[in-house]
Amino acid sequence: MPDTARTMPLVRRLRWRRLFGTRAVSVLIYVLVMWLIVRAALQGAAAMGYNWQWYRIPDYVLERTDAGFQPGELLVGLGATLLLSASAFALALTMGLVVALLRLSDLVIGRATARVFLEIVRNVPLLVLLYVFYYVMGPIFGLNRYLASILCLGVYHAALVSEIIRAGINSVARGQWEAATSIGMTRTQIYRFVILPQSVRFMLPPLTGEAVNMIKSSAIVSVIAVAELTTAGRNIISDTYLSFEIWFTVAALYLAVTLCLSMLVARLEDRFVLGS
Amino acid sequence: MTDLTPIIQMTDVSRIFGDFRALDRVSLSVLPGERVVVCGPSGSGKSTLIRCLNRLESHDSGTIIVDGIELGEDTRDIRAVRQEVGMVFQQFNLFPHLTVLENLTLGPIRVRRMSRSAAEELARNYLDRVHIPEQADKFPAQLSGGQQQRVAIARSLCMEPRIMLFDEPTSALDPEMINEVLDVMVELAGTGMTMICVTHEMGFARKVAHKMVFMEAGRIAEIAPPEAFFSNPSSARARLFLDQILEH
Repeated sequence: MPDTARTMPLVRRLRWRRLFGTRAVSVLIYVLVMWLIVRAALQGAAAMGYNWQWYRIPDYVLERTDAGFQPGELLVGLGATLLLSASAFALALTMGLVVALLRLSDLVIGRATARVFLEIVRNVPLLVLLYVFYYVMGPIFGLNRYLASILCLGVYHAALVSEIIRAGINSVARGQWEAATSIGMTRTQIYRFVILPQSVRFMLPPLTGEAVNMIKSSAIVSVIAVAELTTAGRNIISDTYLSFEIWFTVAALYLAVTLCLSMLVARLEDRFVLGS
Repeated sequence: MTDLTPIIQMTDVSRIFGDFRALDRVSLSVLPGERVVVCGPSGSGKSTLIRCLNRLESHDSGTIIVDGIELGEDTRDIRAVRQEVGMVFQQFNLFPHLTVLENLTLGPIRVRRMSRSAAEELARNYLDRVHIPEQADKFPAQLSGGQQQRVAIARSLCMEPRIMLFDEPTSALDPEMINEVLDVMVELAGTGMTMICVTHEMGFARKVAHKMVFMEAGRIAEIAPPEAFFSNPSSARARLFLDQILEH
């Protein structure tokens, strides 16, 4: 008897779960929630008398001129953001690799240098680091705002990248080192031909995350007026007061780029898994 | 074995981990072409002994001279020795991201500076010798354990070493694959290669060994020719050990 008493509510619970588990119900709930959020936002905007002018936005993305379509201000800004992020990421990868190898080396000085670098970069806010690079290092080494931004973002992300690379290297089995060592390869050769190619598989997912972070954190250089996507958005808004539309568009552009990047790397990963 | 200068000379070698003496004043000499089988209970220092010979493990005292070169801190010397000493591991340790052929040619191309075509010819030659020429373009994970271990042997041989070290080469294999690996090792013995094998395969030892080395607690307890070792071991510990592993 106690058995049926216990199973009855369980059956009912399972039935509920099965109902919520169906695709139609899930989609319905999702649409409902999104509709509530959007409606609340629109009502709020209407209440403050915001005048939506979405029709003006396409021109800032793709400008229609007599010569045909030209990239608008936002698209130009996006291009600058991508170039900035790519250069800074290349720098972060190189520095990250060096720092990781130093940390794994037998050299006491190498390990100490790497530790000091990591502790400093990890414990200083990105914005402060940017000010240091632009207002302090800038005048000393004659860096323009663009170079200062690349260096700052590169150094900041190198710390995180180096941890990813170190973990990737450590995840390669010890026996691989021994086998490569026993055929007389040098340390450099072992890293290059045996260890790093194998650790790429472990590093790719977290490195993608880091690249996405890089693109997002590159927005911070708008505070020193580097002409990239966020700066372009700010400039347009100060001319037109279209703040809602422009910020939504800017956010959507960042989202589109980072989603594309994630999908691209997901495909790359499949290829690496096949090789192993 | 006409040349009587030892190719390996270990004198009073000790290796200490914390307060554990993995090797305790071990002395051993091996002549060119000699085949030595090292056995003993686990933890007796067998692996440490052969890993010291190509300095995968460094020794704390004593001297090791391999092929006329004393192993010390000089990395150039160490690498020179490693090129003359091949090693086969219990876990195969093939490079999983490379094909069988690439596994074999990596050393010759990068360390010996051979051309790719010469290295590939060499590699195919040795794949023939270990009886798996048809697996050249596969990845290690696509092969059976026995095949992987034979590839590992071929990889070491591609460096054309003068000495081959085997660290329990059949211990990680399923029973039905042990013989294909031992057969290759017996064939290798037939070529006059200097071999030092840590193994519990006593049938193999009887067949190829010139010298049995029995280790216990970091020391060499007994060195004897196989006939004497198997029929009448001098140390009580060796007798007990043989009883245990030959029981079935």
